[in-house]
Amino acid sequence: MLLISCPYCGPRDEHEFAYGHEAHIARPTLEQQQTMSDAEWADYLFMRKNPKGVHFERWVHSRGCRQWFNVARHTVTHEIVKVYKMGEPAPKLEQK
Amino acid sequence: MKQNYSIFSLVRNALSYHQGWQEAWRSPAPKPEYDVIIIGGGGHGLATAYYLAKEHGITNVAVVEKGWIGGGNTGRNTTIVRSNYLWDESAHLYEHSLKLFEGLSQDLNYNVMFSQRGLMNLAHTQHDMQALRRRVYAIQLNGIDSEILTPEQIKEMVPILDCSSKARYPIMGASLQRRGGVARHDAVAWGFARKADERGVDILQNTEVTGFKIVGGVVKGVETTRGFIGGKKVGIVVAGHSGVMAGLAGFRLPVESHPLQALVSEPIKPILNTVVMSPQVHVYVSQSDKGELVLGAGIDAYTSYAQVGSPFIIENQLNALTDLFPCFGRLRMLRQWGGIVDTCPDASPIIGKTPVENLFINCGWGTGGFKATPGSGNVFAHTIARGEPHQLAQPFALERFTTGYLIDEHGAAGVAH
Amino acid sequence: MSAQKNRVATGGRIDRSKPVRFSFDGKTYYGYQGDNLASALLANGVTLVGRSFKYHRPRGIVTAGPEEPNALVEIGTGAYREPNTRAPQVELYDGLVTQSQNRWPSLDFDIGAVNSVMSRFIPSGFYYKTFKWPKDGWLFYEKFIRRAAGLGTGSTETDPDRYDKVYGHCDVMVVGGGPAGLAAALAAGRAGARVVLADEQSELGGSLLSERDRTIDGKPVNEWVEAAKAELAGMPEVRVLTRTTAFAYLDANMLSLVERLTDHIGPTATGPRQRLWRIRAKEVILATGAIERPLVYSDNDRPGCMLASAARIYVNRYGTTPGQRVVIMTNNDTAYQTALDLTAAGVSVAAVVDLRANPTGGLPQAARAKGIEIIDNSAITQVKGNKQVREVEVQSLTSDATGVVGSARHIYCDTVLSSGGWQPTVHLHSQTRAKVVWDDGIQAFIPGPIMPGQNNRSISSARGVFGLDAALKEGHQAGAEAAAKFGFSNVTGNAPSAEAEPESQPLRSVWIVPSNVPVGQGGKHFVDYQNDVTAGDVKLAHREGYLSVEHLKRYTTMGMATDQGKTSNVNALAIMAGLKNVSIPEVGTTTFRPPYTPVTFGVFAGPDKGDYLDPIRKTALHSWHTDHGAPFECVGQWHRAWYYPKSGESMHDAVNREVKATRDSVGIFDASTLGKIDIQGPDAAWFLNMVYTNAWTKLEPGKCRYGFMCGEDGMVFDDGVTSRISENHFHMTTTTGGAPRVLSWLEEWHQCEWPDKQVYFTSVTEQWAVIALNGPNARKVLEKVVEGIDISEEAFPFMTWRDCKVAGVKTRIFRISFTGALSFELNIPPSYALQVWRALMDAGEEFNITPYGTEAMHVLRAEKGFVIVGQETDGTMTPQDLGFEWIIGKAKPDFIGRRSHLRSDTKRTDRKHLVGLLTENPTEVLPEGAQVVEHVKDKPPMTMIGHVTSSYWSPNAGRSIAMAVIKDGRNRMGQTVYLPYEGKVVAAKISKPTFLEDGAPANG
Repeated sequence: MLLISCPYCGPRDEHEFAYGHEAHIARPTLEQQQTMSDAEWADYLFMRKNPKGVHFERWVHSRGCRQWFNVARHTVTHEIVKVYKMGEPAPKLEQK
Repeated sequence: MKQNYSIFSLVRNALSYHQGWQEAWRSPAPKPEYDVIIIGGGGHGLATAYYLAKEHGITNVAVVEKGWIGGGNTGRNTTIVRSNYLWDESAHLYEHSLKLFEGLSQDLNYNVMFSQRGLMNLAHTQHDMQALRRRVYAIQLNGIDSEILTPEQIKEMVPILDCSSKARYPIMGASLQRRGGVARHDAVAWGFARKADERGVDILQNTEVTGFKIVGGVVKGVETTRGFIGGKKVGIVVAGHSGVMAGLAGFRLPVESHPLQALVSEPIKPILNTVVMSPQVHVYVSQSDKGELVLGAGIDAYTSYAQVGSPFIIENQLNALTDLFPCFGRLRMLRQWGGIVDTCPDASPIIGKTPVENLFINCGWGTGGFKATPGSGNVFAHTIARGEPHQLAQPFALERFTTGYLIDEHGAAGVAH
Repeated sequence: MSAQKNRVATGGRIDRSKPVRFSFDGKTYYGYQGDNLASALLANGVTLVGRSFKYHRPRGIVTAGPEEPNALVEIGTGAYREPNTRAPQVELYDGLVTQSQNRWPSLDFDIGAVNSVMSRFIPSGFYYKTFKWPKDGWLFYEKFIRRAAGLGTGSTETDPDRYDKVYGHCDVMVVGGGPAGLAAALAAGRAGARVVLADEQSELGGSLLSERDRTIDGKPVNEWVEAAKAELAGMPEVRVLTRTTAFAYLDANMLSLVERLTDHIGPTATGPRQRLWRIRAKEVILATGAIERPLVYSDNDRPGCMLASAARIYVNRYGTTPGQRVVIMTNNDTAYQTALDLTAAGVSVAAVVDLRANPTGGLPQAARAKGIEIIDNSAITQVKGNKQVREVEVQSLTSDATGVVGSARHIYCDTVLSSGGWQPTVHLHSQTRAKVVWDDGIQAFIPGPIMPGQNNRSISSARGVFGLDAALKEGHQAGAEAAAKFGFSNVTGNAPSAEAEPESQPLRSVWIVPSNVPVGQGGKHFVDYQNDVTAGDVKLAHREGYLSVEHLKRYTTMGMATDQGKTSNVNALAIMAGLKNVSIPEVGTTTFRPPYTPVTFGVFAGPDKGDYLDPIRKTALHSWHTDHGAPFECVGQWHRAWYYPKSGESMHDAVNREVKATRDSVGIFDASTLGKIDIQGPDAAWFLNMVYTNAWTKLEPGKCRYGFMCGEDGMVFDDGVTSRISENHFHMTTTTGGAPRVLSWLEEWHQCEWPDKQVYFTSVTEQWAVIALNGPNARKVLEKVVEGIDISEEAFPFMTWRDCKVAGVKTRIFRISFTGALSFELNIPPSYALQVWRALMDAGEEFNITPYGTEAMHVLRAEKGFVIVGQETDGTMTPQDLGFEWIIGKAKPDFIGRRSHLRSDTKRTDRKHLVGLLTENPTEVLPEGAQVVEHVKDKPPMTMIGHVTSSYWSPNAGRSIAMAVIKDGRNRMGQTVYLPYEGKVVAAKISKPTFLEDGAPANG
């Protein structure tokens, strides 16, 4: 069971949280929507990085403060490299 | 030709202390080039190689496997085989597979122990019952066996189920696919491997693909830990690692890899004859020939390549189990493990071409790949051999995510299996 | 009381003054307080205790711990029956009932033993090669295979016990209460750290409990253990858990443990039977010891064959000997300690057969000094006796130890002990997914580097460093270091110390002890006892190409039994390595999967059973519904009143009455489960514009509007009416099941995509009870009890809301309708809901006010063609598909799902549309879910074009009505389609999805 440090509440067991999948996928603006192809829209909707390594992802403290935040987590070791607030840029990580 | 496996060959070999058995498949050195390279020596990959050789006469084939064959989800699933899918496209594909399963032991001369002991899907609410009827009627009109059971009929088939009205979610009915059941997962991989090998397919174990050679948008072969292997066509069939392979080939997929956990009890004398699934309380269970109860439930929510998940998934599943089967409380969990499943947004697989020419992909089977093993291999072999999708595979092409023609099996699947 | 023939005169930790009665296979025996089932059976001379899985070979007790492969018994009877229980781990209690398993008709005479005679024809994997004829034959063969397989028999009665669950947190978690673990817990505890010490046995001490004459700090070990226990008990920050197995090492230093609270008392105990612990530790010390490996020799499974270390435990700790005359075979020095201890207890040790030449270590020397015969450079080549060892044959080894030479020496004995070296218990380390590495010195796997984030250290025997003094020193150091990491650096006291170990010589690996016939062609060299996997089977797997360790395991079932290969895995790997001519680590290592030992299902489920499986949500009016005989429908977690049968009424009658009364006069409905979200902030309207498909900015305060929410994929995922309370304040309603999902959805978009927008969401589902008053007389009823507002059509029109008082209670009324009839939805503080409901019932009496349940609600809304998200939709329907083209804000710049509606498949005009279906026979009510075809064929397959989503008998329409989604349905109006189901075909005409043209309009 993961131990996730909510930036607002501190470390809590994984089952207090809900997973929000890949982070930093910007929603196309209306202007972009009007010019983008169906394939580009599908890319936004469905295509994912799904890395074997550090994954930048969203979590929400659903059974706590209900705040969303970002987590950089290794998908093989499950090691949580960094937790950072929504709106903050993805940290630059040294290659492991 | 391989030695024939039969009761007679078994007796004959017993007399010579089983010294005369041959290896089930060779361990060849890679050739410089193959007509087709299949990446992934799981059930689907081996089946693809077998059908390429058997039905399309393409025998200059390599199956490239990072570890040992059948070591991924093929050897980690709960062995359920069924074709009771809601949408026509899925029903046809899975039924194709189930039919192949029905003759597989004879075709492969390897007993895959396909046991059609029936598969029951419980309904616990009015809403469940509506969904269940919709599914059963659709399956029936697709020419596939399915029937609706009353609580009385359920109780008669599985007396140890709590069918009382006092249950938190009382059982209101069930669908039953009598032709559904379980098969021996390892045997499926080994059986395909043995027969593919017999037809000349090279199975290259402990050979990891580390890159693709792509020239002008056309694949030319794969880089591996045993050097470059040329391939006129390449098929990716690597389940949980599909995203990684796609990344090496330079494109992305609408898949995420998740842990899927399963467990078995200690072996006991026969107590449960039918496969029982409950999407509402989230568990499915069958009893293996060895006597172990084999259990599964849903995936862990997060993406992972770790083959482990979180304990509360197991706890919830055993809550559900002991609630449905109050006598199972004193049994014990013997072994628990996880696989990596690649899930698509519509809970349906992807079979077909990729943005790279002559590179094909078969992935996204999520929690339900085992049952599709022969069917998946069969249509994928066709797709690779002809360079055009098999009719049954056509709806499952990658393009559907662009057009929006999804085959949403979430409602129908409900629970992983 | 019968004599316990194998009980030695003195010694052991049993209480000879407290006899304990138990039964095995119906026969009564006596043991002593402190015995376990295995020691008590041995004391009584019962050596045949079970039958093996496949060959049904007679089997005895092999070990004295959790690694036991053979001695599995059923304990308890009836609902308490528990199969496959390891005898050495069953504490004896008075009245314990046990029986052997996997035998018929009796343990002594087992028909299944015919498999043993046939064993030559059923090697590993035989079933893959046969039973393929005839094509459908497998189910037939399988019946017999299933019956023969399995071990014990599970109870079919409800488990009568309760289970408990608890979470724990600590600085230092110590697993294993032997000398190393005790020293670690003492050091960490003295420093002031919060410590949990867990041990699977009934008392702390581990290996010290079976020492005969060792000392620590000059005191006998028992005294040291007692002092340590007392000291730990006096530390407030230290928790000691005995009878507690740490069975899983999870992510981020969490361990799962099971504490057996009453298993040693039996069914008469009160309180929970077992407790599941999830302990999150900052640092974990694994002092889990090591497990002895048996030697793989011919017919090494005969009852009486045992591990050397086990015999030592039985004689020293339990005061019983496994037999009267013992032969020991070993490849290392440790077995000599057993020889010495048995001799000291007066047991005859006929010989120690050493696979090594001329052993000269301290212990062999001591054995020689005691007159114990050592037969060196030799092996036991045969074990005779079927249900009990009778005799062994011993021959000299060839120089490479692959064969034997010379004449056989016969030694009469009833017990054969073996020691093949020790394998550290690396299970928990390995479960963290850290590697294990091969150590040539001890010929065993030891822990490799730990995983990041999994702060643990394996110490002492658990990392392959043996010896009492080393255990104490490593334990003390580990405990002190771990505590210091968290600021507890003030460790008091020195490491305890013990006398030096006698000098020892390295072991000699002879992975298959040769006999005078080739392996696999004579006696059986068992590797995995329980699953009957022999060295010959490993050879067969190798011959057939099942070379990797996982193929070996799966093909032969080696290591897959209930003991999970604790005594067999390394032997099998080593044999495979020999066959492949590679080193052992090159074959691979097995993955150690949780649990360490099997764990009861019930303890995972814990108390969350029955009504606690999932929370039950009840409305404020629940008691009224119960009092009036309503059955309940499960909708999500909610229990909703389904219908209100009067005496003698069927469900059909009741629903018809409710529907009719509502349409004709007035009905009252508990709509409290509707999801409700309070939305406030200057950007609230902007936000609603994004999440709903229609436009919201121009909605005036005081007014209500219906809307669809779509996913970004364009598919409808919820609907409801949202009302503007004031400029920056909205009240949103959602579907009953969708409420939590919608709230999360709003929060996610706000926080992750538009965090700069000022808007706040609060769930108020349970802050408002909702009573819906529907029907032409609704206003007349309400008029009698409403205060403060004019509820005439002109003053309070459709799709508006007002605050007022009803029956003296502050109420907010929405003029919205889900029946198409005149409707008032009263929102009331829940504690007053019953008061208002009763007042309305009284006021409505003259109008025959009729409470209606969810079933009638479904009919009423269907009569008017209102959709239910989740019934008419399934995640694949757009608003356009549902015929709600008008609800898409064409002038609106953007909303979630907008772009997806423009994709080639989504914008098709011949998608499935929501339509009505009128059966040709108006009394025929279609089942929901029935499939629609255009052309009926004699038999399937038939091409389906849609399905029935809702279907009812409508008493107001006087006929059946149905809603369906059908391909291109809106362009097929009037077309006759067919619905084949359950052996019949029903014809129906496609219509609009509204069925009451003459009913009172909603704004009437």
